[in-house]
Amino acid sequence: MSLQVEELTVYYQTLKGDVRALEEATFRVADGEIMGLAGESGCGKSTLANSLILLKPPMRLVKGRVTLDGEELPIHDMERMNSYRFERISIIPQYAMNALNPTQKIGKIIADLVRWRQVDFDDILPELKRRLDLVHLSYDVLDMYPIELSGGMKQRVVMVLSTLLNPSLLLADEITSALDVSSQKAVMEMLVSFRGWEFVRSVIVITHDLSILYQVADSILIMYAGQLAEKASTVAIIRAPRHPYTRMLISSLPEVGVKHAERRLTGIPGTPPLLLNPPEGCRFRERCPVAFEKCVDVPPFIQIEPGHFVACWKEFETNARA
Amino acid sequence: MLELEAVSKVYRVGTFGGKELRAVHRVSFDVQDGEVVSLIGESGSGKSTIGKMILRLIPISTGRILFNGVDISTLKGVALKAYYRKVQGVFQDPFSSYNPIFKADRVFRILQQEYFPELSRSEWQDRVENALRAVGLNPDQVLDKFPHQLSGGQLQRFLIARALLLGIQFLVADEIISMLDASTRIDVLNLLADLKAEGLSILFITHDLSLGYYISERAVILYRGCIVEMGLTDKIYNHPLHPYTRMLMVSVPRLDRKWKEGEVQLRGQQSELAGGCVYYDRCPEADKDGSCRSHEPVLVEVEPGHFVACKLYPGA
Repeated sequence: MSLQVEELTVYYQTLKGDVRALEEATFRVADGEIMGLAGESGCGKSTLANSLILLKPPMRLVKGRVTLDGEELPIHDMERMNSYRFERISIIPQYAMNALNPTQKIGKIIADLVRWRQVDFDDILPELKRRLDLVHLSYDVLDMYPIELSGGMKQRVVMVLSTLLNPSLLLADEITSALDVSSQKAVMEMLVSFRGWEFVRSVIVITHDLSILYQVADSILIMYAGQLAEKASTVAIIRAPRHPYTRMLISSLPEVGVKHAERRLTGIPGTPPLLLNPPEGCRFRERCPVAFEKCVDVPPFIQIEPGHFVACWKEFETNARA
Repeated sequence: MLELEAVSKVYRVGTFGGKELRAVHRVSFDVQDGEVVSLIGESGSGKSTIGKMILRLIPISTGRILFNGVDISTLKGVALKAYYRKVQGVFQDPFSSYNPIFKADRVFRILQQEYFPELSRSEWQDRVENALRAVGLNPDQVLDKFPHQLSGGQLQRFLIARALLLGIQFLVADEIISMLDASTRIDVLNLLADLKAEGLSILFITHDLSLGYYISERAVILYRGCIVEMGLTDKIYNHPLHPYTRMLMVSVPRLDRKWKEGEVQLRGQQSELAGGCVYYDRCPEADKDGSCRSHEPVLVEVEPGHFVACKLYPGA
């Protein structure tokens, strides 16, 4: 087993009160699994990823436990987490490629980072060069400034950098959203190769784009307004979704091959609730066409088929009857 | 309705403006009455520059843009104001289109002061409410609110309603739904399609191929400021001819098909241009003898309603 998250609940503290961004998240990511984490903006997907590696104010851990390879992560302790970050669990944050220090050469940036982990740059240099080679970058980039590289090249540098110490888990937050379609494909395929080359064991890919996850992910976890809605294998989520939100989300996606004149797609009426004082129970119920009285209680996130988890009262009812 | 004739835009860049950056190069296409044309390209392909030139936000370097037969760069004063009654733009980020310290409906009040000073307050109010209903908003819920109290989709529809109040004929929609959430973006897209059915012409600028396919009859594929392929949407998507378009079509992530390995080769950075085909240094089909490098291909009609600029097709 690789990552186990239990009842993880994280709020943002604001002057107006707690913003309940993540409620009772319980899920597993198996060894070697690439899990996609998808949802609309503000659904808590980045909060979930960040709380696994850098839980800092105004984020507040309300409860929950995170175990990585059988060892509990001290996510509440900024200092103690230092010995896990980068080595055991690593992240490519959103806009990471724009976060490279523009006044330092790429080689210097990498050297500084590995030194912070008590690794000698010269020791790791041969491996670094080998990996740059694998992602089709020449060693010359080490002697270049970030401004000299294109977006796709910077993203590859960031990927090599974040996985240099072979972490167990990599969190990749919207790594393709600023790239052109051709670079998107190259970057995502590289991520799969990284797992093959054992630079990383498991990956959580955070994105709002389900069609990209369909290409590379083994499983997909769908979130809505801070709650987990559904987790299943990629094929099950795309072809046979069980949660009403997932179903409506997927049927609203325009795709090549779908024309307005032939098939008019429909969106989901309404907007997600505010997470400061969110409604009780299932947070999707106000927009849900099948909501009924039971939905004022929070539905548990339970397994209805092997590997298929869903949090929906209606679905439990249908499932029990079947 | 709208016609672009060999429009180019050259920006002066560098410390003293000594270098030239060719953002748009000899682009010609037209948009007919009640037609949606998608302008598709990656970042930096010049698609937004074209939209801004149509809206007269930046001057054209060479070429002409004709609106109903009139060269828009000659418009001044009253004529320009009349032009903006017919042609309006809506842009990517709805939040930056509003001044956050004023209520969002100020955009309507400014419009009345400028264009409809003769209307009474209640007449104008009726028109605003009708326009808001036409874009699928409930006036009671959205009027008298600050921008931060409204969602991105609502603000974007506000701007479309504003354009409708003017009774426009042509809308430049520059990435208008890329910042909206998946569950609401399709509603804005459907709204555009409904307006089109009522006779509005739309230039739909996007980097998202699936959105372009959903809404438009014709598509223009732009690469580094040049049109590489244009024509009927069905033909371009189902039978792409230019190597660049083909590469785009196999890389676009789809829910009905998985990527095949090794279809896309990433090459290094693009070199500076000195004539020749813009796609030369990334093209797998490029002539090794260098004729692609020295000859700039022209658009030829390979089949009815399908134009491509590539040496693979005779005449280019």
